[in-house]
Amino acid sequence: MSGLSWLIQVIEVLVALLAAPLFSGWIAQCRAVLQNRTPPSIWVPYRNIRKLLIKEAVLAEHASPLFRTAPYIVFGTMICAAAIVPSMGTNLPFSNAADAIALVGLLATARVFMALAAMDVGTAFGSLGARREMMVGFLAEPALLIVIFVASLISQSTALPTIADRLATEAFALYPALAFTAVAFALVLLAENARLPVDNPATHLELTMIHEAMLLEYSARHLALMEWSAALKLFNYACIGMALFVPWGAATTAMPTVPALLVAIPILALKLLVSGAVLATAETAFAKLRVFRVPELLATAFLLAVLGLLVHLLLQG
Amino acid sequence: VSTALAPMLLLVSLLALWVAIGFLGLLRPTSLRLVAHILFPLGAAVGVAIAATAAFSIGSPAEQWVLVVGLPDLPVHLRRDDLASVFLFLLGAASAGISMFGAGYFRRGEGTLPGLLCLQYHLFLAAMGAVLLADDAYSFMVAWESMALTSYFLVTTQHRIPEIRQAGFLYLLIAHLGAIGILLSFGVMQGGSWQFTFDAMRAADLPPAWGSAAFLLALLGFGAKAGLVPMHVWLPEAHPAAPSPVSALMSGVMLKTAVYGALRVTFDLLDDPLWWWGLVAMALGLFSALYGVVFAAAQTDMKRLLAFSSIENVGLLFTGFGLALIFQSAGMSAPAGLALIAVLYHAVNHAFMKGLLFVGTGAVLHATGQRNLGRLGGLIHRMPWVAWPTLIGALAIAGLPPLNGFVSEWLLLQAFLSAHEVPRLFLNMLLPLGTAVVALAAALAGYVMVKFFGIVFLGRPREAALKDAHDAGWRERAGMLWLAAGCVLLGLLPNQAISLLALVPVQLGILEPGTTFGRWWLLDPVAGRQASYAPLVFLVIVLLCVVATIFFVSRIYRRRVRRGAPWDCGFVRLDSRMQDTAEGFGQPIRHIFEPFFGMRRELPRPTDPAPHYRVEVSDRIWSGVYVPAAALVQRLALSVAQLQQGRISTYLVYSLVTLLVLLAFVL
Repeated sequence: MSGLSWLIQVIEVLVALLAAPLFSGWIAQCRAVLQNRTPPSIWVPYRNIRKLLIKEAVLAEHASPLFRTAPYIVFGTMICAAAIVPSMGTNLPFSNAADAIALVGLLATARVFMALAAMDVGTAFGSLGARREMMVGFLAEPALLIVIFVASLISQSTALPTIADRLATEAFALYPALAFTAVAFALVLLAENARLPVDNPATHLELTMIHEAMLLEYSARHLALMEWSAALKLFNYACIGMALFVPWGAATTAMPTVPALLVAIPILALKLLVSGAVLATAETAFAKLRVFRVPELLATAFLLAVLGLLVHLLLQG
Repeated sequence: VSTALAPMLLLVSLLALWVAIGFLGLLRPTSLRLVAHILFPLGAAVGVAIAATAAFSIGSPAEQWVLVVGLPDLPVHLRRDDLASVFLFLLGAASAGISMFGAGYFRRGEGTLPGLLCLQYHLFLAAMGAVLLADDAYSFMVAWESMALTSYFLVTTQHRIPEIRQAGFLYLLIAHLGAIGILLSFGVMQGGSWQFTFDAMRAADLPPAWGSAAFLLALLGFGAKAGLVPMHVWLPEAHPAAPSPVSALMSGVMLKTAVYGALRVTFDLLDDPLWWWGLVAMALGLFSALYGVVFAAAQTDMKRLLAFSSIENVGLLFTGFGLALIFQSAGMSAPAGLALIAVLYHAVNHAFMKGLLFVGTGAVLHATGQRNLGRLGGLIHRMPWVAWPTLIGALAIAGLPPLNGFVSEWLLLQAFLSAHEVPRLFLNMLLPLGTAVVALAAALAGYVMVKFFGIVFLGRPREAALKDAHDAGWRERAGMLWLAAGCVLLGLLPNQAISLLALVPVQLGILEPGTTFGRWWLLDPVAGRQASYAPLVFLVIVLLCVVATIFFVSRIYRRRVRRGAPWDCGFVRLDSRMQDTAEGFGQPIRHIFEPFFGMRRELPRPTDPAPHYRVEVSDRIWSGVYVPAAALVQRLALSVAQLQQGRISTYLVYSLVTLLVLLAFVL
């Protein structure tokens, strides 16, 4: 059994790594269709990464070693996060080493390194982006943590695979608390992945951008890694959402067999297709918020998560 | 017998050695060489010895000594138990790094003479050790006051500057308000026996009302020393005033003696905690955590920023302390033990992290002469030996895995996850909300640390003078590396630390003996809950991912890299003034948490030819509590001063009236 679970672990990481740009490509396609544009090829993100990887890298004259290592650290932490998040199977050996709180810490590490790297060159845009990213982060991170807390209280575990496992295998029960936290999580997902009401992934307008402002000084392979990490982050967030709110279909500990895994892969693909379409719809429906208003949106997410916690305690107590 | 007494004997003689080192400084008080090359490194070695002795003594039975010294009929009682040992370890280990740094730092001999400074510094260290070993109210108060006085003199090292004298006075004032609270608390706890040994206080059976009075007085007293809001006002004044190693000691170690005192009084001297004690401590702690971190984000002076961050961490410590109290009063021993371990762990962690950050600011201050964030920047190029250890400290205090700050916050959150099981309605719903505040404070700490590190060390130098900044000397490097190593090791080997820390709640009778926290590499603290963390595995996997990425990418690109001008969207006339300032980086926080701040803004008119934008952030508690209190005292003093006319005839009339009144009584 442990051999198989290690296999699932490795396959999961590889799938996340390879499918993450595909997921971003799919969302871009959906958005284009909804906005009456001709959709770009779904392979565009891969071509971008390939193009960037073979280009010559240009570093700013006074960039420190921190600037050069940050893309590798960010990318490495995102791979590591993919190893904790259950997408196809819930029997992940590595998740013993890092539970959901460590996952939040891991995502925070990536964010902090990205912000520090953005401040390193000393341009106006870089530090502006870093400041805004940290602003979004400090409101989104506790909201995410509370969302995970509610799920942990329900399932008596802080390990994400175990949470998904228990939610999927227990007799079907409606948890009203999860409805609140689902909305909170959706807002966090939009904010943390630089999606539309908070940030626009398609713009380079200095007044509005957050994520892109931090990447302005990067080029070639460093930029490729940063873009790939962003795709991986979105993929990870989607998988966290599915593990918490629609955990059904993944290979659970009760049946960690090859057929279960073979069923889990198409189910995962289906869930990703749907969630990508939903995300694109949400992004098309929302208008970009002014940066001033972003804290209000995230405070709403935080309060909704706390409300979810209260609802859970009220109904359980 | 000799082996059983060994740790105590060693500890007391090592503390005496610190005192001796201090007095050796007086041999040649102007000699920087004696102090920097011999005495401070020697003090650091004594610190290492104390840390090692304390660590090995954890788990051995408590020892008690009665020394017949001092005033007649008032012998000094000393006692070493595991609680004291943990804090002695903290004192020794953190001070070793700080003293080593200090050996290089005090090279210029500003203000106080080096020899005198050496005396004050080592007496301060020894006094903190004595606080931890004291076992009666009398010697505790003597040690406590020596600690306050020596640190006062250290804060006012540069006593020629009026602001520093003022900061020192404020510190002394609040320290003594706290001391009154502690003294009264001991007075209540002796419970009518008029015995002031801690043994008598343990034996005293206080009615709940008196127990509560003792707890609240102790909370006031120790809270003032620890910097709990609203008694925090001295921290952001005293820390920038003091030399950096002293700030590091005060913030890293001295604040922990207050936490020690609170733990000692509540879990050892008072027997049955009431549930609302915990609630009070936790509410104060949560408020301090949030208040501290929000203010830290708005600061522009790097040492003030760190001082407010200390308030945040003290808040987290008191939050855990309150949680442990609530659990214990509810009879939930395992979560109470876990919360207490989280407090102890965070106390040790914070000593290393904050010590490291403060000595880092000291190195920056020496190299540049600047404390103002707005005049720093780009120091990672000039001072790599300061920048990289400081980065470790900043990441650790931001609570990022796999460093040590994350472990203690993780433990605290795990303890919070049991809070809904407290068998008291409403309380079980109220407590989990504390999680939200802790999570918010922890996330904000990340914001603060990005601001701190990013503005001081990254970017481009904001002043031309920064181009000549020099790196730290080897003694300073050694001190910083020691503290950074502590942050890394405590992060990577939590089980080894916890197996020692867990003996404290066992000895206090909170936790069952033999409670395990997982295998040596896997932290798994809560039975029946799937919750584990293995930092070593975690680090190895992250490093593997990073190295594999570097390997694969290097296969593709074959090391082609070119240096060029920064892009910045094609803007060419870029200069260092266009970077974000400390004020700018704090703007979102000021905007979001506006009610916390007293703010004065001066906005320029659109037609202004030389526009200036000013914003001044002040502490509302200062203007709302302290200023009115000071005004009240002033008014009372003035009305009393009416009696003083300065004429001999008036005083003769007073004497006459007094005599007549007394006569009337007698007759």
